[in-house]
Amino acid sequence: MPTANHHSPVSRILAAADSVILGKSNQTRLALCCLLARGHLLIEDLPGVGKTTLAHTLARLLGLQFARIQFTSDMLPADILGVSIFDRERNGFRFLPGPVFSQVLLADEINRATPRTQSALLEAMEEGQVTTEGETRPLPEPFFVIATQNPSHQIGTFPLPESQLDRFLLRLDLGYPDRQAERALLETGGSRERLPALPACLGNGEFAPLQRQAAAVYASAALLDYVQLLIEASRREQRFVHGLSPRAALALLAAARAWAFSDGREMVLPEDVQAVLPAVARHRLRLVSGSQADGEDIAALIRSVRLP
Amino acid sequence: MRPSSPQAIDQAAVPWLLAVALATASPHGEHLPPWLSVLFAAALLWRLWLWWQRQPLPPRWLLALLVLAALAGIAWQYRSLLGRDSGVAMLVMFMALKPLEMKTRRDAMVVVMLGFFLLLTHYFYSQSIPTGLWLLASCTLLTAALIRLHGGSQPPAAIIRQAGLLLLQALPFMLILYLLFPRVSGPLWGLPQDAHAGRSGLSNEMAPGSISNLILSGAIAFRSHFASGIPEKSDLYWRGPVLDAYDGLTWRASTPAAGRARMVPVVEARGTPYSYSSIIEAHGQRWLLALDVATSLPAGAVQAPTLEVLAREPLRARSRFVFTSSVDYHANRNETAAALQQALALPPTINPRARALADQWKSRPPARIADAVLSLFRNEDFHYTLRPPLLGADAVDEFLFGTRRGFCEHYASAFVFLLRAAGVPARVVAGYQGGEVNPVDGYLIVRQSDAHAWAEVWLAGEGWVRYDPTAAVAPSRIEQGIVAALPQDEPLPAIVGLDADWLRQLRYRWEAANNAWNQWVLGYNPQRQRDILSRFGMANPDWQGMSAALAVLSGVALLLVTVWTLPRRRRADPAQRAWQRYCKALARRGVTRAAWEGPLAFARRVAVERPQLAALTSDAARCYAALRYGRGDSEQLLVLQECVHRLPARWRNSP
Repeated sequence: MPTANHHSPVSRILAAADSVILGKSNQTRLALCCLLARGHLLIEDLPGVGKTTLAHTLARLLGLQFARIQFTSDMLPADILGVSIFDRERNGFRFLPGPVFSQVLLADEINRATPRTQSALLEAMEEGQVTTEGETRPLPEPFFVIATQNPSHQIGTFPLPESQLDRFLLRLDLGYPDRQAERALLETGGSRERLPALPACLGNGEFAPLQRQAAAVYASAALLDYVQLLIEASRREQRFVHGLSPRAALALLAAARAWAFSDGREMVLPEDVQAVLPAVARHRLRLVSGSQADGEDIAALIRSVRLP
Repeated sequence: MRPSSPQAIDQAAVPWLLAVALATASPHGEHLPPWLSVLFAAALLWRLWLWWQRQPLPPRWLLALLVLAALAGIAWQYRSLLGRDSGVAMLVMFMALKPLEMKTRRDAMVVVMLGFFLLLTHYFYSQSIPTGLWLLASCTLLTAALIRLHGGSQPPAAIIRQAGLLLLQALPFMLILYLLFPRVSGPLWGLPQDAHAGRSGLSNEMAPGSISNLILSGAIAFRSHFASGIPEKSDLYWRGPVLDAYDGLTWRASTPAAGRARMVPVVEARGTPYSYSSIIEAHGQRWLLALDVATSLPAGAVQAPTLEVLAREPLRARSRFVFTSSVDYHANRNETAAALQQALALPPTINPRARALADQWKSRPPARIADAVLSLFRNEDFHYTLRPPLLGADAVDEFLFGTRRGFCEHYASAFVFLLRAAGVPARVVAGYQGGEVNPVDGYLIVRQSDAHAWAEVWLAGEGWVRYDPTAAVAPSRIEQGIVAALPQDEPLPAIVGLDADWLRQLRYRWEAANNAWNQWVLGYNPQRQRDILSRFGMANPDWQGMSAALAVLSGVALLLVTVWTLPRRRRADPAQRAWQRYCKALARRGVTRAAWEGPLAFARRVAVERPQLAALTSDAARCYAALRYGRGDSEQLLVLQECVHRLPARWRNSP
């Protein structure tokens, strides 16, 4: 059963995050789990519901180096990756690293950039390194991308194709705050100003051990059976165009481990899988009718699989 | 529609239920009014479209309107809502419309049960092998739909396999019930309309064309099985009605005087008797088509003075009879004067040329006269054909001196007319001639196309002697059958004219299978049941004995099936067993764990719904979670098991 030792840093981070981002504890926790599971996070919602604040808060709390790119439609890959410029003094080229060389990269409104620019970032996410002008440069460790995007039906956007969506471990949407949280927001006047003053909960190099512990959470044979049954059910379900891929299965298990870890448990329970399944599966499942799966579709999927 | 409700139907099960509706109702399309079939198809397609588009179901008032309209339609069509046809029509209509209000599991169960009920109704209309196979397949589909409804989310093939396995397990019970369930005599489904439906076969009168029409049918008239050896083909005369009254156009059976009807014919049989059993198709008449001449009769049958075997009642269902016959015999050597008088009667004045011809022969002995007529047919330009020209009032004259083309009825009729005109007692006999041995099961099959008419002449000292004038014209009709006898260009019933060998083989096999089905499935009557049971040592079983055997054998079969399935059940581990018992105990008290609900989530829900059980359930759930999903130890198992034991007492004590 849970011990206070490895539990406390995570719960401290969550408590601190909750004090900044009001009424979104589930989403905050999912976001933290995504980072614990070494995944990249996609946050999708309307402008102004706190996407950037969430990303920024997490980076600060984890004590990680933070950079931010605001994507625009005229942005080029070099704006992200960096450029080599001629150094007259050294009589040679010097590489000026772009914002991608940071530990937490907030890619704001990624769907405003052209596909070409998007794919430059997505390649960096996949490889963990950047190759420009024939030279390969490793990205810092850990390296997270927290991308935000507006719902794609807004004007002037390039929605991410499905293959790119699959590179994000989790996808969240934030939604409007509830009545109480909104009132608190109105009373305190927003949290952006307090962000720079937010103290880090973790010191330098303290996050990697947490990631290792999260990955070591025990998943029993019965639990793996359950994950397989869920994946198979998604492939059999006729309302989805495709089922979940093996990569999605791995993502589901990793996210469930992180969720169990954030709950202070040493084993994964079906509840953990069910808790992360919407965030893992919704952007990977497309309905026959053309839209993305909604929460009700995922809930129906969960209900259709009995625990082994 | 609220898919979140636990009772809502799983949308993926909808195609299964539509398939069930289609499979169980579609064979009725054969006899339903077309508008109902169209309504059925349209309703099913509509429901399929709604499912595909994930649209809401139609409103209740619309369905109510549809039901009322369809009911009115059925009442108008059948003039009643009672009875077999309108009842079945209503069931089909319900089956068409129920899926349109299928929202909950309960609705789906209604569809399945309606399907099982509809299965039975098909036996009102057909009891053939294809029907049986179709209904077996439908039954499997229904079982599969039930499995799907109860949460089986395997691929369709696996569900079908499981349904097949379930039915296989039911097979022993089916056999036991079939063999031992006390039978009622008569067909179980024999509703009045069925029994009196028109049947093809010989009629009790013969006019030109009556037999040649029958001959175009390949339908089976009866099948015979000989205990040892089949007589020569030329001896296979199956006796039907004897036609001894002529009105110038039609030959009929005379209505005998009251005394004569009770007279018993005198038959002196010689040579080897043949024993055989015949399964005669229903033909709605009393005669039993015995081989000439029957020497021992089946129970309940009588032999008319004119030698044909008669049942007490018209034959309204396919039945089996056992006969003994002799093909070499003397019959009624001392015929009554009344019968001989009847065998000489002719309407006055018609056919003067035929009479004149007969007058020339009057001085000869009777047998010579018959031979003279036969040689007339043999030597003059007479032809055997299915398409004879039409004849007028003096039919025999026109035939003998004009057209000279005819079928067996023409020859038999002319022969008997000439003999009677020459003062020799003669009569027409209708029946079947020949037959075909099915090499697959050894049965001799006699079809409507083997229908035939011949003549009998009474000769002093010999009794009634058979003369077949057709044989004089076309000997191959008697020796080889109708196909060989008819000219090449004549139309033939498709089934008789089969040439291709493989097709013929296929037909033999199919008819043998049908015969076995008729005898062992449809013809499994109380008599047959007694025969079989006595073979198993139950001599003279009454219904109490059969019921007792039924109970004992069912018990044994149940035991065997259980023993067979038992080792297949995976033994759940103790932690899971204890947790399931705990959940079951809670379910009995109103908090049911959903099949997909994890232990801790369930404990949280119990804490809300039954606060007094929060601590205990939380303990049990944590122990179970550790045991099942973690590396739990035996101590936690003990705690979990103790929770189960503590539960009922705690519950009772709690307020």
